[in-house]
Amino acid sequence: MNLLEILSYGFIQRALLAGTLIALLCSVLGVFLVLRRLSLIGDGLAHVTFGSTAIALALKFYSVMSLLVTMPIVLLASLGILKLTEKGRLSGDAAIGLVSALGISAGIILASVGGGYNVDLLSYLFGNILSIRSEEVVIAALLCLLVMLMLSLYYHELFAISFSDELAKVSGIQTSFINSILVLLTALSVVLAMKLVGIMLISSLLIVPAAGALQLARGFKVCIMLAAIQGCSSVIIGIIISIMANLPASATIVLVNLLFFAAACVVRRVIYPAHSN
Amino acid sequence: MSIEIVVTESLSCSYREGKVLDDISFQVERGDYVGIVGPNGSGKSTLIKALLGLVTIGNGTARLFGTPLSAFRDWHKVGYLPQSLHLVNPVFPATVHETVGLGLLSLKRFPKRLNRDDTAKIDVILDELGISDLKYKLIGEMSGGQLQRVLLARAIVNDPELLVLDEPTAALDPETRGRFYAMIADINRTRGVTVLLVTHDSGAIGEHASKMLYLDKKLLFYGSFDQFCCSSEMSSLFGEHSQHLMCHRH
Repeated sequence: MNLLEILSYGFIQRALLAGTLIALLCSVLGVFLVLRRLSLIGDGLAHVTFGSTAIALALKFYSVMSLLVTMPIVLLASLGILKLTEKGRLSGDAAIGLVSALGISAGIILASVGGGYNVDLLSYLFGNILSIRSEEVVIAALLCLLVMLMLSLYYHELFAISFSDELAKVSGIQTSFINSILVLLTALSVVLAMKLVGIMLISSLLIVPAAGALQLARGFKVCIMLAAIQGCSSVIIGIIISIMANLPASATIVLVNLLFFAAACVVRRVIYPAHSN
Repeated sequence: MSIEIVVTESLSCSYREGKVLDDISFQVERGDYVGIVGPNGSGKSTLIKALLGLVTIGNGTARLFGTPLSAFRDWHKVGYLPQSLHLVNPVFPATVHETVGLGLLSLKRFPKRLNRDDTAKIDVILDELGISDLKYKLIGEMSGGQLQRVLLARAIVNDPELLVLDEPTAALDPETRGRFYAMIADINRTRGVTVLLVTHDSGAIGEHASKMLYLDKKLLFYGSFDQFCCSSEMSSLFGEHSQHLMCHRH
């Protein structure tokens, strides 16, 4: 199958479009999360999404309708992580671990009570971007618009809290509010990204593009742009390779992303040898 | 008529391990340069953080520019410089220009945007502090002294009326430290900015501060530099030799 032939299929066009939008969201948000040392929040929220998907399936909410159950639960869980960090005297990673454990155990119990692990639920473990529906593409586009709008409205506040919470507070920035916006946008993106790479690999969409961009960026805005380019390119290249080589799309996307990261590390050593150690 | 920039009344703060500040009352007037000294764990940094709303005040009150801290919104009047090494993530990808621009956010309303005037303001302050050549460098590539100047530029780019510094020279060599203190003294003199400086460097305090605040969980001394130098209580606390060294400018 040649490239033009591949691109002529509707399901591949949908996968490429939705995948690119979701990758854009995740990679941009990932820069803020990585710098705020909340890298693993994607993992934690993915586990909660697993649990909430089990609830949705138990309630007979399938496909797009399952978002009606998963979205509110994951949004609440993201705020829970934040509150545990702020008030519970827990570090970010411990709070994420706690909520993550709750999500995954609830999912397993519900799946087991509901008659064992069914195919629907297991598909969320590894994702299936090629089965994405038109309505999911529309939701991804709307969400992408919302996230980009919020990021552009609160760019400087997000930049400030990523640099230093303490300094942001003394600049009159409502840090709790801005942190809430960040985790809520992340939660929305994670729920959508589940379809793309599944629970197991979701954090790679958030972390790897940001990690790659941090190797090369000479400025904060540049870092966000580089992360977006890496994230989107990985999804496009990953989907095409997976179809041509008959490989699972999710894992291929993640591996391409990791290759970009490795390349960025090499380029950094060549271009900025003085700052490579 | 003097204008009170900072006023605390019976201010107390506690952590889990107990009281860190107990019954602290003092007031700082416009143009003062207050050196805050005391032994390790005496509550100096906590006092600064309490005044900036970064730690919760247990009892008592604090007012900034006449407004109770809980209702204070004029953060553009305040510049803050913490200990830089604790603050900066070495891989943070911001340039010096972007970092200094963060200092202007307190002046902006939603949605916060920096315009050409702001860029010009940043350029002026970088020039004044002699770091214009670092404009496009990443903050992770700065030496300790350069980073301190960048963070000072961030703290004063919005023309604050109060500058709060928490052990700003802890990581600097003596020569850079001297230059840094001279810069702060100059800001205090020429711009009329009120300065609150926490430091272990009693020599710098002796050189520049107009008032001294000695803290050891309780307020043990607050007064003018001259009063400090004549205080027999402080002599017995520091020893006459140390007090003399601190007061050597006289």
